[in-house]
Amino acid sequence: MEIKVLGPGCKRCEQTEKIVREVVAESGKDAQIEKITDVMKIAGYGVLGTPAVVIDGEVKCVGKIPSAEEVKAWLEA
Amino acid sequence: MKERNKLLLIVGVFLAAYFIPWGHPLIRQSGLEAFMMLQEYARQHVLTCLIPAFFIAGAISVFVSQASVLKYFGAQARKVLSYSVASVSGSVLAVCSCTVLPLFAGIYTRGAGIGPATAFLYSGPAINVLAITLTAKVLGWQMGLARAVGAILFAIITGLLMALIFRKDDAARTAGQIYVPDATSDQRTLVQDSLYLLTMVLILVFAAFARPAAGSTGLWPTIFALKWYITAVLLSILAWMIKSWFRKDERVAWVDSTWGFMKQIFPLLIGGVLVAGFLLGRPGHPALIPEEWVQSLLGGNSLWANLFASVAGALMYFATLTEIPILQGLIGAGMGKGPALALLLAGPALSLPNMVVIGSVMGVKKTATFCGIIVIMSTIAGLLYGSFAG
Repeated sequence: MEIKVLGPGCKRCEQTEKIVREVVAESGKDAQIEKITDVMKIAGYGVLGTPAVVIDGEVKCVGKIPSAEEVKAWLEA
Repeated sequence: MKERNKLLLIVGVFLAAYFIPWGHPLIRQSGLEAFMMLQEYARQHVLTCLIPAFFIAGAISVFVSQASVLKYFGAQARKVLSYSVASVSGSVLAVCSCTVLPLFAGIYTRGAGIGPATAFLYSGPAINVLAITLTAKVLGWQMGLARAVGAILFAIITGLLMALIFRKDDAARTAGQIYVPDATSDQRTLVQDSLYLLTMVLILVFAAFARPAAGSTGLWPTIFALKWYITAVLLSILAWMIKSWFRKDERVAWVDSTWGFMKQIFPLLIGGVLVAGFLLGRPGHPALIPEEWVQSLLGGNSLWANLFASVAGALMYFATLTEIPILQGLIGAGMGKGPALALLLAGPALSLPNMVVIGSVMGVKKTATFCGIIVIMSTIAGLLYGSFAG
């Protein structure tokens, strides 16, 4: 599983990355988490608004900090 | 922060403490001015202007749906709408650079194209609620109004010019799926949301109502005499709205986001006020930089003074809102009103660091054109405003 957290490095994006890392560690799933800060790469995913989370190429959320429950649900799916 | 940078910082502070002649009368005077200016802000601007403005900014960021605005930036959106929404959307979307730059890159590469993208890039930092209200409060409502109107017009003109100059490139953009922030579900109507924001804006207007000139008659002195009663009534209406229209989690989100803005902006503003006070002093009180320098470079309303102000503004980095105390100091030291507006229009939208990021998105040539357009227009706007306002 490949998880990408998109955000140029603001508070909200850091918080999102932290939540994602915590949930993944808790679930024990084998997932690679990458933080993407380059604005051109972020735009390449077509997201308008950060933080955003992309799992296996699929955009999961845009422009808000996801809750731990939401992240858990994405991992299970 | 890297360890090496921390060391450099400590060495820098040490050298400053060691070598600056703190006992010199000029340095003492400047240090005193820094704190006198801080006190002026604390006494006159924080409670009646900044705090309400922070709550408004917090409410906008939580309750105004970003999705409803962003749909006007898609590749299929009508151009007229794209430009008009881009020019005012800064007031809704952007207070933080973490929204502006990715959004700009997204609109440019996938969405409505270079015109709306650059219009948004300019308007984003220039017309947020906090910047306009504090400008009006500290520098006078004429300057606040000129800044707001100028910023909206500039955004549209810049966007159109960029689209015209680079119209060939726009055809080569890749079309693709775009994702906008998820719409939030709420049970309030648009009317309720508008009334709620309007009430807060009115509180801001009345709480910050300026004392009319002595001897003036009519409506203004009456309003001024009643302003605290009006504010109290509005506050109780607001309290009722908050209690009956909003869920608990919405209230928490609102306060959280307001607190987020305060944490982010207050330290920067305090720093900005201290630096402005130290270098330039309050109006009528000289500090470190001699007033003759300011007057000779930025005084009056010459083409040179306006051009110098807009180029300096374009290169300098102003943290959110710090342009205001710096301008207050400059005007007090003899800067003309025209050059002041030129700096306000060119300043917050452009800086060397953000030129680098913009350059990485749309290339050196387009970035240079974008900056050139803004500098030239700011100079012209400064000349016009200076000749009217004297």
